[in-house]
Amino acid sequence: MTDRYDAIVVGAGHNGLVCAALLGKAGRKVLVLEANSQVGGAAVTRSFADGYSVSACAHLLYQLQPEVRKDLGLQFALAADDIGTIALSADGKHVRYSGENVHGVSDADSKSYRDFHKRMSRFAALLRTYLNKAPPRLGTKDRKDLFTLAQLGLDVRRLGRKEMREFLRLIGMNIYDEVTERFDSKLLKGALSFDAVLGTHLGPRSPNTILTYLYRLAGSGGRLAAPAGGMGSVSEALAQVAREKGVTIRTAMPVKRIVVENGRVTGVESEGGETFSSHTIISNADPKSTLLCLVGAKHVETGFTRRVNNIRMQGNAAKLHLALDGLPVVNGLEKKDFASRLLIAPDENYVERSFNPAKYGETSPQPVLEITVPSFRDSSLAPTGKHVMSAIVQYAPYKLKDGWDDKKRDAFMKTAVSKIAQYMPDIEGRISASEMLTPADIEREFHISGGHWHHGELTLDQFLFVRPVGGAAQYAMPLDGLYLCGAGTHPGGGVSGAAGRNAARVILSREKSA
Amino acid sequence: MSVQQVDQGRLQSPFYPRYKALDRLDTWHTWKGYTSADALFDGELEYFAIRNSCAVFDLTPMTKYRITGPDSLDYIDRLVTRDMRKIAAGRVAYAVWCNDQGQVIDDGTIFHLRDGEYRLCSQERHLAWLTAAAIGFNVTIKEETADIAALAVQGPTSYSVMKNLGLKGIENMKPFGLMHFDFQGSEIMVSRTGFTGDLGYELWLEPGKALDLWDALFEAGKLHGITAMGTHALEQARIEAGYLAAYEEFLPADETIRTGRSRSPFELGLDWLVDFKKPNFNGRRALAEEKLNGSTWRLVKLDIEGNKPAHHSYVYAKPRKNKKEIGFITSAAWSPICKQNIALGSVRMPHGKVGDSVWVEVYYQREMHWSKVMAEAKVVDKPFWFPPRRGATPPGPY
Amino acid sequence: MKTYDAIVIGSGHNGLTNAAFLAKAGLDVLCVEKNDYIGGASVSRNLHKDWIYSNCSYVCSLLRPEIFRSLELHRHGLQITPYGGSTTFLENGDYYGSYWDAEVSYRERARFSKHDADAYNRYSTDTMRQCRFIRDFLLRTPPDPTSFKPKDIRELILLGRKFMDMGEDRMYETIRFWTMSVAEYLDEYFETDVIKTALSGSGIIGTALGIHSPGTAYVLLHHYMGEVDGNAGAWGFARGGMGAVAKSIAGAFQGYGGELRTDAGVEKIVVKNGKVKGVALTSGEEIDARVVVSNMDVKRTFINCMDESDLDPEFYHRVKNFKSRGSSGKLNIALNGLPTFPALPKGSSLMFSDMHFIDSMERMERAYDDWKDGTWSKDPYVDMLIPTLVDPTMAPPGKHFMSCFVQYCPPQIEGRRWKDEEREAFGKTVIDQIAKHSPDFKSLIEHVEIRTPQDIEDQIGITEGNIFHGELTMDQLLFNRPVPGYAQYRAPVAGLYMCGSSTHPGGGVMAAPGANAAREILFDLNRHNTVPENFGDD
Repeated sequence: MTDRYDAIVVGAGHNGLVCAALLGKAGRKVLVLEANSQVGGAAVTRSFADGYSVSACAHLLYQLQPEVRKDLGLQFALAADDIGTIALSADGKHVRYSGENVHGVSDADSKSYRDFHKRMSRFAALLRTYLNKAPPRLGTKDRKDLFTLAQLGLDVRRLGRKEMREFLRLIGMNIYDEVTERFDSKLLKGALSFDAVLGTHLGPRSPNTILTYLYRLAGSGGRLAAPAGGMGSVSEALAQVAREKGVTIRTAMPVKRIVVENGRVTGVESEGGETFSSHTIISNADPKSTLLCLVGAKHVETGFTRRVNNIRMQGNAAKLHLALDGLPVVNGLEKKDFASRLLIAPDENYVERSFNPAKYGETSPQPVLEITVPSFRDSSLAPTGKHVMSAIVQYAPYKLKDGWDDKKRDAFMKTAVSKIAQYMPDIEGRISASEMLTPADIEREFHISGGHWHHGELTLDQFLFVRPVGGAAQYAMPLDGLYLCGAGTHPGGGVSGAAGRNAARVILSREKSA
Repeated sequence: MSVQQVDQGRLQSPFYPRYKALDRLDTWHTWKGYTSADALFDGELEYFAIRNSCAVFDLTPMTKYRITGPDSLDYIDRLVTRDMRKIAAGRVAYAVWCNDQGQVIDDGTIFHLRDGEYRLCSQERHLAWLTAAAIGFNVTIKEETADIAALAVQGPTSYSVMKNLGLKGIENMKPFGLMHFDFQGSEIMVSRTGFTGDLGYELWLEPGKALDLWDALFEAGKLHGITAMGTHALEQARIEAGYLAAYEEFLPADETIRTGRSRSPFELGLDWLVDFKKPNFNGRRALAEEKLNGSTWRLVKLDIEGNKPAHHSYVYAKPRKNKKEIGFITSAAWSPICKQNIALGSVRMPHGKVGDSVWVEVYYQREMHWSKVMAEAKVVDKPFWFPPRRGATPPGPY
Repeated sequence: MKTYDAIVIGSGHNGLTNAAFLAKAGLDVLCVEKNDYIGGASVSRNLHKDWIYSNCSYVCSLLRPEIFRSLELHRHGLQITPYGGSTTFLENGDYYGSYWDAEVSYRERARFSKHDADAYNRYSTDTMRQCRFIRDFLLRTPPDPTSFKPKDIRELILLGRKFMDMGEDRMYETIRFWTMSVAEYLDEYFETDVIKTALSGSGIIGTALGIHSPGTAYVLLHHYMGEVDGNAGAWGFARGGMGAVAKSIAGAFQGYGGELRTDAGVEKIVVKNGKVKGVALTSGEEIDARVVVSNMDVKRTFINCMDESDLDPEFYHRVKNFKSRGSSGKLNIALNGLPTFPALPKGSSLMFSDMHFIDSMERMERAYDDWKDGTWSKDPYVDMLIPTLVDPTMAPPGKHFMSCFVQYCPPQIEGRRWKDEEREAFGKTVIDQIAKHSPDFKSLIEHVEIRTPQDIEDQIGITEGNIFHGELTMDQLLFNRPVPGYAQYRAPVAGLYMCGSSTHPGGGVMAAPGANAAREILFDLNRHNTVPENFGDD
């Protein structure tokens, strides 16, 4: 016997949970199926050594959309908010920035940074409006689509002539040219360059990195926070809300396939052979896994399959987790500074050079790192007196020449640790346990093809109208009853919940008009 | 080291020596890189051989793909618009395939050679599309144009020739059937298919046996008026049969630069090939929508008054030419067998219903001077030429 | 003293085109050139014995046929001869060529991959569709999207309509095409590295970006949108070298009564009361004019030849940060005979083709990494041609001229001027790469002219030697070119105009910027327009 649901969400990533909770709130009977034993997808807290836990992928929260919180009444505790950034310098003369303020640079740079931050924030705010609605379709006569398009045009115009020109100039540009035009401080240029390329297969010289920078600011204006208990707490809180709205969540229930009958989806079948029926299936999995594996190419058409197959989604970021028996020493840093985000990106050319090998399927011998010590502000993550360090390490291309194996992962972990040791000379002696998640590991553990956190590069050719692919940017796939709600759809990755929320709204409004 | 240079000239089919030996006119063109005869000795007589006796045409250059593997049926069924589950092993299907927008990429014949093994013959080359269509399917697609020699044997006496060739059981083969025979120790596949609209067969075999087959065939047909023919005769017959030619009646959809220059199956009069009851296929969603909302174009078969072939003519709804044209002629010919001035054309809906009259602006040249007539044309339903023998099984010994 | 209706600074092909259309409208026009020869970067130079070098630009395709026809350039001696095909030499001794005959090209591609041989049709259709989209805008002034003027709104609507006309799916493809990298674009069609490599070169020629940089698919288009005799994408030689282009346009200009002065470098553009007054030459002479048009790149025009105080500060700031990084070098070589390429069969038509010696996408991208590090590519992308195989006027009988375009080559080495030994080493890099595929090549060399972007700047005056007068990235294209708000050829000083490749539609021997600027000037002067419209539906 199979249970019937109004909707089934495949995958309890944060977007899946948001979508499920919103549908539940609207009175729908919703089932969420998650392959792993805990909810959250890649937004989970993970124990990697006895007593040590850490956010598995993203370790800072800055993109969660206020609309998502509001719609769901979402509550969770923060261990820290408004986290500052310190761009590390080997000589101890670090650069610190937070909000519109930067310290450790010349007055001119400081003023220029304020202007830069102001302008970027304004553009990010414009972008943010569009993150929270489904992109319009092009070339249709649908009044809603035309209205959204006209509104987009109008909003850009409303920036005013001068700012509109800047917007149109900057939107396709690279971060490198913008920061070299504005700043003298190498550390600041390096840090901003790195911010723009974090989690992407791009270097600071690659056009398009202004967009990725803006996207970063488009949640809470770049304000960084750390949820108490790690990123998993956000997912748990979402799951809690979803359950309160009547959503059933079943973990350790991997989906084998989405069942299609007579040209429409009718349910899902689990790996264990259980079947669940619904005429609405929403996949939180990435577009490639969903369409090519769970649904199967034969149920969609060739041009569409080809487009999905061409989505660029090869991860380039590795995650390093270190269990430390105490805080390391950094020249020029005080203990309290470990509350900040620490960057190893000494200058913009360093970041670019770090990217070079990734183009050829090699890891960076001189990587760039974003380091946090979450246990510093959240004692639940490590035993008393001990600490856990969480670092995003780039670049580690998914498609390594000859592929990833344990040896290559260990070698890259060593590279990363010795890079950290250049700034924290005593680090190696303090490590009691460690792990590294390469894109290959992320693919395997979190079921994301290519191990790309964002389920697809965030570049203009995979953005807005054309994310995940042209003609299917409105969450509904060209197969009746099938929707996507993951980071592979508009607006993209990050713990934002926007994709899940947009998808839910599309589904509800389609039901209404049907 | 010098690398072998790719052939700079025309390729020769394995039948080329026999063609060359029969050739008197020395007028050739290129067909998919192969040298192919326009006509060999008399284009008109070659044409009449199709309609009166038996004409042979070298099909080798036609693009051929072999599709095998456990998912081959699912794959082909998703590829084309008609229901391939109904095409049993030993049957051939004329089919058309579309892109996601429901626009025709090409038409061709699909031979269900053996269980799960297919040959797809197309007008144009499509390996890139066929490969893209194979994403997610366990199939192997092999381009085999040069690996298979093929001859069309067409005309009323072709059945007698096949009998004489010793093909046992051929009498039971229905149109769009195929059978395998032994030919001098190697396998020959024979299908009851063709591009002439007449009784006829096509013979497929390994290139090494091509000349032996030719010789045996001509020996078997000696008393049945067997004649080699060129493309001129075939083109004449093709229009009479109402068959489509790529780059005449349609363009491969993914190779059109301008918007609106491609055609859907409905717009080519191929409604009967589109089956919405079968599982998902390429173009299904767009075609369902077109079915609902109507098409833009319609393919028409025209019987035009007078005797001036209407090559590249504009088509009008009214005889007064100050009206806007409603379409244009894609192929035109004087039909020697029907004694009709025939044409295929593309006109805008709702024009061109069967039985309608339209007007065709025909330009013709006589001794340097150009003249123009507005000729009335009737839209007809059936192919211009469809003799009963084409469908008869067993065919008679005409 | 005489006051001209217009003075055009610089006799590059755009300056001459601009001057010619102004003169054709009856204006009294003077064109001044700092060098003792005309042409800017469209030149034929006699630098070694009886050899003529096209020592900057070397092939022609982008020159708008509308302009050729309108100025009757054939009457002034211009003959464009198409050349066929291209060759890529593989390290393993094989080669990949493309031929005039489509079937032969098919067979050659099929030798590497039948899939790719078929995919090429869709690739070229899709690319040509983009060409066709952009081509209609080459001879039009970009609209200002921030303006509410009827003309701007009309042009924006036209742009929008052309886009909408493509239909939904092709609109998405267009968005993607304009924003993606050439490598990723090619990945969507082809599986064979060498086929992708051979096609990717057009995505980076003259560009300070690598094949993996987003935006380079557009650069590919920039090299495909030309034509010779209606054959879209075809390239040709100008008989007598590229100087023939400038010479013929100069001929047209003078035929319309225009005046041309060489050895007349401009020191300053003179502004009085916020209005342009004329030019001051380096000789100290001042010439007055109602209109001044600069064919120089924007940086040279506004930073070097004007006072900052005469300009809007915002505009000045943008021009100062206009990206014009040189990335291309050149070798012009006089040969005692025709070099042989043993990989090619005897008598191969590929001898006439443009030849390349990089056979993988990785080598292409690595060439860019060197440039980013402030040096020339140690394994560069070379686009090599021997024009004397079709043009007998450029070398003595039996002798040959070889043109090697080299990507990448920086305007400076590690931030300072090139040293002579570095220039020599750069030349050797290129010669060695070619010699690997042609054993007798080195022994045939009689003379080599090595040109780095710095040399181009020193001689022609183009800032940083950027062959396009500014990079072709999205932030510097269409209404953003040269800088947002000033894309309609008017400088922020009354009477001052820009007509060089820094303006829309950008670089290449296209002459469209010069023609477009002329149309705007004539409009402002209330004169009859002499600039042709595009032929349409090509």
